Amino acid sequence: MANLGIDVLFKGTNFLRLLQGLWVSVEISLVSVAISILLGLVVGVLMTFNKLWLKAILKIYLEIVRIMPQMVLLFIVYFGTTRVFGWDITAEAAAIFVFSFWGVAEMGDLVRGSIKSIPKIQFESAYALGMDKKQTYFYIILPQTIRRLIPLSINLITRMIKTTSLVMMIGIVEVLKVAQQIIEANRKASPNAAFGVFAVVFLLYFIVCWPISRLAVYLEKRWA
Amino acid sequence: MRNKLLRRLSSGLLITAVVAASFTACGSKEDASATTETASAESNEDSTSDASSSAGFRTLDEIKESGTINIGVFSDKSPFGYVDENGEYAGYDVYFAERIGKDLGVDINYVSTEAANRIEYLQTGKVDIILANFTVTEERAEEVDFALPYMNVALGVVSPSDAVIESLDDIGADDQVIVISGTTAETYLTKNYPDIKLQKYDAYAEAKTAFENGNGVAWANDNTEVIAFSLENEGYTVGIPSLGDNDTIAPAVTKGNETLLTWLNDEITSLGDEQFFHADYEATLLDTYGADYEDTLVVEGGKVQ
Repeated sequence: MANLGIDVLFKGTNFLRLLQGLWVSVEISLVSVAISILLGLVVGVLMTFNKLWLKAILKIYLEIVRIMPQMVLLFIVYFGTTRVFGWDITAEAAAIFVFSFWGVAEMGDLVRGSIKSIPKIQFESAYALGMDKKQTYFYIILPQTIRRLIPLSINLITRMIKTTSLVMMIGIVEVLKVAQQIIEANRKASPNAAFGVFAVVFLLYFIVCWPISRLAVYLEKRWA
Repeated sequence: MRNKLLRRLSSGLLITAVVAASFTACGSKEDASATTETASAESNEDSTSDASSSAGFRTLDEIKESGTINIGVFSDKSPFGYVDENGEYAGYDVYFAERIGKDLGVDINYVSTEAANRIEYLQTGKVDIILANFTVTEERAEEVDFALPYMNVALGVVSPSDAVIESLDDIGADDQVIVISGTTAETYLTKNYPDIKLQKYDAYAEAKTAFENGNGVAWANDNTEVIAFSLENEGYTVGIPSLGDNDTIAPAVTKGNETLLTWLNDEITSLGDEQFFHADYEATLLDTYGADYEDTLVVEGGKVQ
């Protein structure tokens, strides 16, 4: 075990720092995921409306998110806003904004796809029963949509959690950065530490993402 | 019909958005320098005001008044800037940063920077000083202001101890020199010694393995790298510790931050009297580079020999 270099994690406060770094990642991703799910549902419903200007705006929004790498967005929001407008937002706020901006667009598109996949007859039956548009969406369409959404959105959520490692580019010290710091600080004493430390980081990400996919399996069964 | 119209409309809007974005990108540079000017003008006019210049930079007085200086350092580049097992910043750059904080009488807020964002941090005033193994180049000097240097970097050549290469003229016509693609070593040798045959590798680990297997007679890289290699691995000697243009490493501040720059330059000059950077080397770099290279690497008092 010693030559895997896992022992470097038990020097000083290293392991505690790794966990603190993990908490930073989890905090940023959980807040962004919550915002993405809530606003994503709204944006997704808006995407299905037959308003030309609305469709155009949302289409541009989605395309910007698709085209721009998250790293570029982080730089634009964190450094760009200071340059252009003189805003001094914190790195954490910039990170949450960028991940929500991304999450809302992709979540919205997933919601749109799920709504579109619901047969037209469901709408027509609801209208035939005398429901208005709001009632149709709330009682008939959205419950079926959410069921279809679960596997799709789990992919997005776990991807968002893993992509938070990019925030090190705007100075936030999260779990992967702490891992690199530990490996580098011990480069001479245990040159093989990279393997052991990254293995532990893999485990930590697993511990965070595994419950989410279990929850998804449970909800899928329950709501099926 | 409708679909076609929508598609045309959205692609048209998209193009407009892209064009607009590129215009703002061009404009932002001018904006940034404009805000910098106003910020410095304001602080010159009334330095007593609390002057919260969110963009641009903070002058020496503003830093002292706030009681904290933001210094950008590497957090994973041992032995220059790294975090030790107790979570404290340490290294050659940090040793100097600690002294700056002490002499200014302010607390230090370390910001973990990456090679790719050092200039951005200064230009947006999110840090006051970058002390992150920052090599002085002409291109960078157009974007930020460098203070006096505190370290040398040059190229070095390492070779097996039983066939030490002490001059590039020793290299035979059939011998090959190992370099890593994209490094200054590659550029320098290609330009100045076009007759030397180079063996290029993409990554440090590949070059190292190739050199250890005897694929080349020598390995050219940054001198700090080859010195560290020769000390960590038995049987290799750095025959040429300093080759080519001598580059230096210096602290950098936001362009136009005259007060802080002047203070830093005075500080580096006066620290020369007490041989501060030699003490710094002995405290942080000695383990990695050994005592033999102290005078090759350290620049004392801002004066390059």
